[in-house]
Amino acid sequence: MTLAEILASLFPQGHRVRVADGLVGGHGPLDGVEATVIGIDGDTALGIEGALALSRAVLDAVRAGDRAPILVLVDSDSQRMSRRDELLGLNECLAHLAKALLLADQAGHPTIGLIYGHSAAGAFIATALATRVLAALPGANPSVMDLPSVARVTKLPLDKLQEMAKSTPVFAPGLDNMVATGAVHAVLDPARPLSEQVRALIADAPADDVRDRLGAERGGRPVARAVAEAVADEARLEARRG
Amino acid sequence: MSPASTDPSALSWYEASARQRVAALADPGSFREFLPPTARRTSPHLPLFDLPRAFDDGIVVGRATLDGKPVLVAAQEGRFMGGAFGEVHGAKLIGLLRAARDLKPAAVLILFDTGGVRLQEANAGETAIAEAMRAIAELRAAGVPVIGLIGGRAGAYGGGGLIAGTCSRLAVSEGGRISVSGPEVIETNKGAEEFDSRDRALVWRTMGGKHRRLIGGADAFADDTVAAFRAAALDLIARAPAFDLATLEAEQARLEARIARFGDCRDATEIWARLGVNDPEAVPAMTTAAFDETVARVEEAHHDAR
Repeated sequence: MTLAEILASLFPQGHRVRVADGLVGGHGPLDGVEATVIGIDGDTALGIEGALALSRAVLDAVRAGDRAPILVLVDSDSQRMSRRDELLGLNECLAHLAKALLLADQAGHPTIGLIYGHSAAGAFIATALATRVLAALPGANPSVMDLPSVARVTKLPLDKLQEMAKSTPVFAPGLDNMVATGAVHAVLDPARPLSEQVRALIADAPADDVRDRLGAERGGRPVARAVAEAVADEARLEARRG
Repeated sequence: MSPASTDPSALSWYEASARQRVAALADPGSFREFLPPTARRTSPHLPLFDLPRAFDDGIVVGRATLDGKPVLVAAQEGRFMGGAFGEVHGAKLIGLLRAARDLKPAAVLILFDTGGVRLQEANAGETAIAEAMRAIAELRAAGVPVIGLIGGRAGAYGGGGLIAGTCSRLAVSEGGRISVSGPEVIETNKGAEEFDSRDRALVWRTMGGKHRRLIGGADAFADDTVAAFRAAALDLIARAPAFDLATLEAEQARLEARIARFGDCRDATEIWARLGVNDPEAVPAMTTAAFDETVARVEEAHHDAR
């Protein structure tokens, strides 16, 4: 689906969402409240200015104090890779955007991510992965790094990696693998109104971070949940011992 | 034994292993490791790539006391897979952060030493980074300071740089680097004219500890010793900012002002000059004492906006 189609399906009564320089921003009516929409469109890389424009919109929503949903629509490249961005503190700007979304979540705003195209690395972490519930549309293509680049770094032949990718979701790019890892909670049905499906995601939003449980159930992260629990159990046991 | 090796706090942070750092940082004898190497929780994925595993998957987590107060500590081992986040590595950090939510220690200390996501386990690593940022935001909101210490050979790159940016406070040494894209990544994608990764002075000016401290990207500058990082950690725990709308509004303003003021600078030395540093060219060679004096006069370096 294109962004225009997604917005039309999310807001059948119309919306005030605009795109400028690949950045998405605006509002639309959802269940009687004005949801805030932010996002990245057109496979755009996220740099320092973009991150701060998006975080500004999120903080404005938090300040309004209405606990209205915040939707994060993502079809991005990775973080913008440049000397200038790093010089000026890209890590702070991306972390700030993620923190703004996490603060909004704590303040009672449902935060729902929707990945409908590409996304990767720092841009993915600062946007979609900082929401409470991340959904995807079929055809979305989240990745950390594409396989040819993985082949270069790991010095493994590309055809071997492609073969491994079929049975090992933990490293391979693509939506199915991110679903298996638990990072993507649900894949939506483009044939049904997105407004209803997003409403259901908000209603069923988990109280805690369930991504490692999903990863264990779906087989994409076989041990993370158990390891985290083992560490936490030991920590509590040691604390009781004093 | 040489005198240096009998005083663990004089250890070089950069040269020390993760386990040495933790042991010398904490009150003597107070560190207890969770899932220690004897538990052999190794990566289930690295054998597929014919790569060696580590019994701790490159991260040490546990509890300790610092000046008598209980803390939880995670320390990445930059010498194993560049300290990168794999499935087990990330999950050990997540388990520690979740335990902290219940135990409310005086602080959580994260000793970063990481190139970012471990590509052989990329999806698990990336998801773990997102989980860590969420858990840190929750901890901070619950009043537990999360302090990042950055001075290892692998720096705090990729997702490690984002987690660092989520912490309450950061201490960094000269050798510590904080960045998202590493020099090699920028050069590979944009060419050597954009970033010559072999130009070590450029790397240090752009991503190194002194630059980050001067622009307010880190809150303390530490000598490359465990003792200096310990002193910095104690100081930072005592002045951790709240995690609330006021803090993030202040950070928004701080970062917007930085871009407005320095957005046209090509090199860190231009930024330092505009910050009021008299002799920017002298910064890289400055002693810690001289650098501390310089930082004290730079307004942007002192804030609660993180």
